[in-house]
Amino acid sequence: MHALFVPLWLTLKVALFATLIAAAIGIALGWWLARRPFPGRSVVDSLLMLPMVLPPTVIGYYLIVLIGRNGILGQYLDRWFGINLIFTWQGAVIAASVVSLPLVYKGARAAFEEVDGRFANAARTLGAGELEVFLRVSLPLAIRGIAAGVMLAFARAMGEFGATLMIAGNLPGKTQTLSIAVYEAVQAGNDRQALWLTLVISLVCIGVLVASGRLLQARH
Amino acid sequence: MAALEVQLQLTLHSPDRSFELNVDFTAASQRTALIGPSGSGKSTVLQAIAGLLPQARGRVRVGGQALLDTPRGIDLPARERRVGVVFQDYALFPHMTVEQNLQFGLRRLGQRVDAGHARRVDALIRQFDLASLRGALPRNLSGGQRQRVALARALAIEPRLLLLDEPLSALDSPLRKRLRHELAEMLERVQVPTLLVTHDPQDVEALAQDMICIDNGRIVDCDPLPGAV
Repeated sequence: MHALFVPLWLTLKVALFATLIAAAIGIALGWWLARRPFPGRSVVDSLLMLPMVLPPTVIGYYLIVLIGRNGILGQYLDRWFGINLIFTWQGAVIAASVVSLPLVYKGARAAFEEVDGRFANAARTLGAGELEVFLRVSLPLAIRGIAAGVMLAFARAMGEFGATLMIAGNLPGKTQTLSIAVYEAVQAGNDRQALWLTLVISLVCIGVLVASGRLLQARH
Repeated sequence: MAALEVQLQLTLHSPDRSFELNVDFTAASQRTALIGPSGSGKSTVLQAIAGLLPQARGRVRVGGQALLDTPRGIDLPARERRVGVVFQDYALFPHMTVEQNLQFGLRRLGQRVDAGHARRVDALIRQFDLASLRGALPRNLSGGQRQRVALARALAIEPRLLLLDEPLSALDSPLRKRLRHELAEMLERVQVPTLLVTHDPQDVEALAQDMICIDNGRIVDCDPLPGAV
């Protein structure tokens, strides 16, 4: 039971924080890119979608270059704040938030683009500034599409494997998430445990997909 | 003093064409119609007056007060212009009740509705006969009810100018006739200078005291009516 509960708890914790980070960044970027065309918009869009098509190990490699102990940012995090993200669950959060970001961003952008621009204009003529337009009009009208994207991101974060393994490693009880625990159980020939872990992660993911499908359906 | 003075130049680009607008007119009457065929630029004029087109250049003055004066570097953002707009199809916020729609312009983000706001909303609800619809969502309202809410919402901010964009085009013909009459009565009571945009001469006759004609982005002679319907 312990072998099941510890990675499950860790996975939920990592997926939750990763989803929060991906949601904050993805919603803001989705809103920004949905507003109006600007030079280089399609390039920014492609960059944001990159984590969806790149092999997760490649993303892991990029992240090591970026936040590793000697990385571009990592060396300063280490020197100034004594923070090291490699082989920690916080590192796993960063890996999972990067791979799930495109799902939030894509969903949010589509949802914002679907909101009729006249509602925002009506709000402006009624005295609302841009932040107010966003919080009182655009966000509430796009919330279903955004929520569906956020749930997919959560499911993706739960299933993250490659980038997490590169960044956080496979330390049981510390950074070993469900998907990594499944891999290890199979490698070790521990079929019973692999089966249980697989069932748990499958059930949670099916639940998330059903819920997000309902949200999207209710929109149309 | 003239109610509304407008000199505007702007170019709109879309992938298949670019549209150049260059208009200069003064609306002296309390209620003026800007009439022209579809694509003539009349809604563009209205959006520029409301401050919704950042590329607009020129001058817009209401009762002597400048909302836009490019040579003098004045360009008030839409939220500071106090220009009430009734949009085509009304653009009522679909996630808010009638009452919340009316409160929107009175209450800023994070503010509570104070007693003064509540009185203002109550007065509008009485004036526009909306008491039974206070808690209703826009999707459950009829065309005529939506029109009343849209007008009341635009008036809630005590605008210095009221703009109506094809206020009757969303309706089918028999209803349009009845609501034209209703709208005429409401506008009669509203003491705010009004510019309404339409393609329909019957609207002009029923709703406005004066008309200005527009075609192809320019002010034109009204005899004959441009693109006569």
